[in-house]
Amino acid sequence: MIAFDEERLARLIRALPPAPEAWVRAAQELPLAKARLDEIVARAEADAEFRARLVADLEAALAAEGYERDPAVIEALKVRFKSK
Amino acid sequence: MAQTLSDSELVARCRSGDQQAWAELVDRFSRYVYAISVQAFRLPEADAEDVFQEVFARAYEHLDGLRDDAAVRPWLGQLTRRLCIDRLRATSRERPTADEELDLAGSEETLTMLEDALTVHEALAATPEHCREILDRFFARDESYRTIGEALDLPAGTIASRISRCLGRLRELLEGRTRPDTPSSSR
Repeated sequence: MIAFDEERLARLIRALPPAPEAWVRAAQELPLAKARLDEIVARAEADAEFRARLVADLEAALAAEGYERDPAVIEALKVRFKSK
Repeated sequence: MAQTLSDSELVARCRSGDQQAWAELVDRFSRYVYAISVQAFRLPEADAEDVFQEVFARAYEHLDGLRDDAAVRPWLGQLTRRLCIDRLRATSRERPTADEELDLAGSEETLTMLEDALTVHEALAATPEHCREILDRFFARDESYRTIGEALDLPAGTIASRISRCLGRLRELLEGRTRPDTPSSSR
């Protein structure tokens, strides 16, 4: 068993401050981002015209289709479709 | 911050697609992952953020491959350390650094201390909410008595005594002298 005097306890509580809220939120939203990504990719595979628009201008194509702007999804799609 | 599920229960729920469980898993380990990168490896904020997101992205992707659900904590710790080292190596390609110097980064002593800190935070999560809140605000969030008093509607004079009582309670909990306040994890 580790010995914990109160001074040490205080030091150990202090050693783990919260991570920045925005980082935590982004990581928590990973499943949603993954679901959005899967949906867009599936649609691009089924719809050549949509795919061409994604390759031409990814952000404009997503906005035109009403997709919410999600930086993580956009980065992943850029890699996938080598868009600008 | 109260923990009602053990790590293995939480991992099992994440694996079944429970988004709430995933959010809790991120919340439970976010401080640990963050501390490894900024305290043990002293990564600049931008690099630490990249590592933080990459750790959780890989964890999400590879959760199915985790052999022992209860081992999620060392698994995440190891993943974070590896990604921090990768990041330092990438930086050293731009600004050469000896390999021995890289290996010294993330000193074992700091990593061991962070392990203990996580154990303490887990125990803290099992204390009554008024203790959890005041100890976290005062020590981890570095809030002043004044800020705490305003937030919790407490006179400044009672804050010090409450902190002291709560530290005592936390100590008893860690030494196994009292039962956790919540049906917490088995750790």
